[in-house]
Amino acid sequence: MAAVERKLITARMDQPGYSNRLESYLAAGGYAGLKKALAMKPEEIRAEVMNSGLRGRGGAGFDCGLKWSLVDRKSGKPVYLICNADESEPGTFKDKQIIYKDPHALIEGMVCAAYANGVKTAYIYIRGEFAEGCKILLAAIEEARAKNFVGTNILGSGYSLDIFVHRGAGAYICGEETGLIESLEGKRAYPRFKPPYFPAVFGLWMCPTIVNNVETLCNIPLIVAMGGAEFAKIGTPNNTGTRIMCVSGHVNKPGYYEVELGRITMGELITGLCGGVAGGRKARAIIPGGSSAKVMRCDERFKGRKRDGTEYDWGWQDVPVDFDSVAMIGSMAGSGGVIVLDETADLPKALANIAEFYAHESCGQCTPCREGSLWMAKALRRMTNGRATKGDTDYLKSIADNIPGRTICPFGEACSWPVQSFIEKFRDDFAKLEK
Amino acid sequence: MAETPTTAASTPEMVNVTINGTAIRVPKGINVIEAARHAGVFIPHYCYHPKLPIAGNCRMCMVEIGEAMFTPDRQPVMEPDGKQKIVMQPRLAIGCNTPVKEGMIVVTNSAAVTRAQNAVLEFLLINHPLDCPICDQAGECKLQEYSVEFGAGASRFREEKVHKPKKVDLGPRVVLDDERCVLCSRCIRFMRDVAKDDCLGFVERGSHSTLTCWPGKKLDSNYSLNTVDICPVGALTDKDFRFKMRAWFLKETKSICTSCATGCNTTIWSRGNIIYRQTPRDNDAVNECWMCDAGRLNYKFINDPGRLTKAIVAPASVPAAGKGSDAGKDAGATSYEDALKQLGPKLKAALANRDSAAFIGSARATNEELYLFARLAKGSVSDCVPRSWAADNFLVKADRNPNSAGAKLLGVAAEPMGSKLAAIAEGIKGSRIKTLVVHQEDVTKHGIGADLLAKLSLLVVMDFKQTATTKAAHFVLPGVTFAEKRGTFINAKGRLQRVWPAVSLGGEARPEWEIFRDLLRELGGVDNHSDIAALFADMAGNVPALAGRVLSKVGDEGVQISTG
Repeated sequence: MAAVERKLITARMDQPGYSNRLESYLAAGGYAGLKKALAMKPEEIRAEVMNSGLRGRGGAGFDCGLKWSLVDRKSGKPVYLICNADESEPGTFKDKQIIYKDPHALIEGMVCAAYANGVKTAYIYIRGEFAEGCKILLAAIEEARAKNFVGTNILGSGYSLDIFVHRGAGAYICGEETGLIESLEGKRAYPRFKPPYFPAVFGLWMCPTIVNNVETLCNIPLIVAMGGAEFAKIGTPNNTGTRIMCVSGHVNKPGYYEVELGRITMGELITGLCGGVAGGRKARAIIPGGSSAKVMRCDERFKGRKRDGTEYDWGWQDVPVDFDSVAMIGSMAGSGGVIVLDETADLPKALANIAEFYAHESCGQCTPCREGSLWMAKALRRMTNGRATKGDTDYLKSIADNIPGRTICPFGEACSWPVQSFIEKFRDDFAKLEK
Repeated sequence: MAETPTTAASTPEMVNVTINGTAIRVPKGINVIEAARHAGVFIPHYCYHPKLPIAGNCRMCMVEIGEAMFTPDRQPVMEPDGKQKIVMQPRLAIGCNTPVKEGMIVVTNSAAVTRAQNAVLEFLLINHPLDCPICDQAGECKLQEYSVEFGAGASRFREEKVHKPKKVDLGPRVVLDDERCVLCSRCIRFMRDVAKDDCLGFVERGSHSTLTCWPGKKLDSNYSLNTVDICPVGALTDKDFRFKMRAWFLKETKSICTSCATGCNTTIWSRGNIIYRQTPRDNDAVNECWMCDAGRLNYKFINDPGRLTKAIVAPASVPAAGKGSDAGKDAGATSYEDALKQLGPKLKAALANRDSAAFIGSARATNEELYLFARLAKGSVSDCVPRSWAADNFLVKADRNPNSAGAKLLGVAAEPMGSKLAAIAEGIKGSRIKTLVVHQEDVTKHGIGADLLAKLSLLVVMDFKQTATTKAAHFVLPGVTFAEKRGTFINAKGRLQRVWPAVSLGGEARPEWEIFRDLLRELGGVDNHSDIAALFADMAGNVPALAGRVLSKVGDEGVQISTG
């Protein structure tokens, strides 16, 4: 394996002279996937996506073709497509690149996905803070509409689609798909409980709804163009395609790197593509999938047996960058945000920072998350300000233990996993604070 | 409770579930909290309310669920013993949002459930002000109750609590303490989905979430006090009740609201002989568990210290009004027996000519009173006073009389009610009517003014308070309110419902059915009902719509009768 990128989605945007205008996209061969898609039957596209093995790039890694297959098409109600562009997980900044630098890639993906699912109205729910991104998308949609890539009777196919851009309400929880739907309906972004409110059945306006991430949608024209089977050859089985990894923290070249899933290791990503840990120091901890993912300890060996029965014994550098491998070592690939903390990092302070974020962003609906997230943040604030007392580490851990699995949405896990894993992996750092 | 497999298949609406090892059959589709209730198992909850949409936010009702196992093609997976295999779900589920299914296993007392309950209570309490000593909810607070039963018992919170607004004036009748609020959203859902006045909501996020009225709105719906009832903690308090009395000192008496023809079932909360509050009581056939604020707060006249406690006999043949209406309330006061002794012969003589007498009964009286009043009035003209206000689309009926149906059924009210009042006034004016018997009405407000009353030879009034009519009367016999007597009412939908005495006024005042009985005796009748049950039995024997009814079987929630 070599530390090289495989640029499919980010191929255009970093070319010199490439702009986010339609002429750049067309000159680079854009909207070819849409033209091919409109010549296919919707169910054929859905079959190609199913065959591609494409997994959602938002965080959960749910199979995209399977998600589409769950849509209730017999209800007689309209089916909606929502692009989740509320990218808010700390450490993640890939969707922003696409929106700002290559918005037509997203629009083409949305039109393909909408056509494949009989969608007449699609929404882009864009993070409220991306004010500029919203303008870019609106301009891009107008350009696309002028060329009949969006709107009525698209490219003479008889298929029509409207895309609306909705600016988010400035809360992390608006990125949780049911919270997003509530917010889009004009309400407080309180996630809905499932059952029965699975978006595929009772989504936007209680109609069947598909919520896909920006990067996920950008893969659809590629799958249409090359065919699902060919797409599945990129990456590794069950982890197909490329993924835009966002690396931040103590590395020499932080940024986004599009890599083939499973064909590059964490070491190659960080030491190779990112130029190694800053200052030549050693990595101490890595959060592999956005701030809610459980932290990895870099001097740990990760041992176990893969699904195919072969044993593995990895250091952190050996862990393949894909959904399944990161899950095997007890964390998650999540949103693709890799945060590197070197040996100089004050881990309790880093955790306190993460905890403050989640305390600020808990929607406040479920008791354990609402009260627990702020409690943990306050305890960490106190502990990292020289006021830790005996037993505080266990106290903090026990708060975190009382949250996951007991809330409506996965925010309960998102706020408690960092605390649980930091204490589990770096207990001494916290015990040292106790007086 | 033992499972009865023989009937298991015969009623498809029922499913077999096992709750903490107890097998029980419950209606399909009800949630786990309700199913557990059937099995006598209580699952604690804050946000769940049977009459509100599910919110699922408090996480207090978490339980372990096991479900019957099926293969991917929906074939049951069987155990060697022939029973279907059960798989326990790895995560706890909220009972409020989990409908029961055939074969479901519910565990509410495992270590995992206890841990979750302890944790939720701890989370709810860390930022709670713990001000029970000055909180009106103390004694009926779900935080207190669950802390004892499901809490860990000790606090280990070492941080600063979250501070939020106190004494928030949400509207004319409700005050909010945001620090006590557990954010269950019951009040929000009630106002939005039941009262249809979406005025409450949360602002801020996370632990700083704060209940408030939307900008420019007030919680001033006529149903606003129901939010206080359903608030499981002391966040929402009733301005009328707050700081007046500890809940545990209050006696609860089942009653009926008499402010309109709906007949909402209520509980009267009293101590000594003072009523402190009135709250709705569950009855799905009438008011579910709600009542309007106007009806709820309409109890203060009962506590009025100026109530009639003695009989009044005006000086011979001179009506009290004739010698000045400010004679003082004790003027002419005498004992009930004395008044009865003086009144008896006069009334008997006056009623010798039935055409010269008129009777105005009350559609706010009980059926038993109306039944005897009708007997008193037999042969003379009688009617009741109609009264109305604006109806709404929920509980408030236009008819403000609580027993119009009874007044019509028992023959006291004319059809339509009040249609004979003008004729009675004319009769008095033309001196055809010389005797008037009035029950619980101030007829001076209904077309029979003091000038007309002054023309009467005999005016007999039964009421519980002084009115312009009692002041004009020759005889006043002191009655009591609905909260001081036993009896029945029939609501607008034909439901026969009971009241019980909550307080006792003392003095000479007594339930009017006793007064009417005594008057009938004075008139030479053989009416000798010794108690309300015997009276009811007599009435049931003579009124076809009540045939076969027994007072003791009317029950707490009443019975539907045919008034047609």
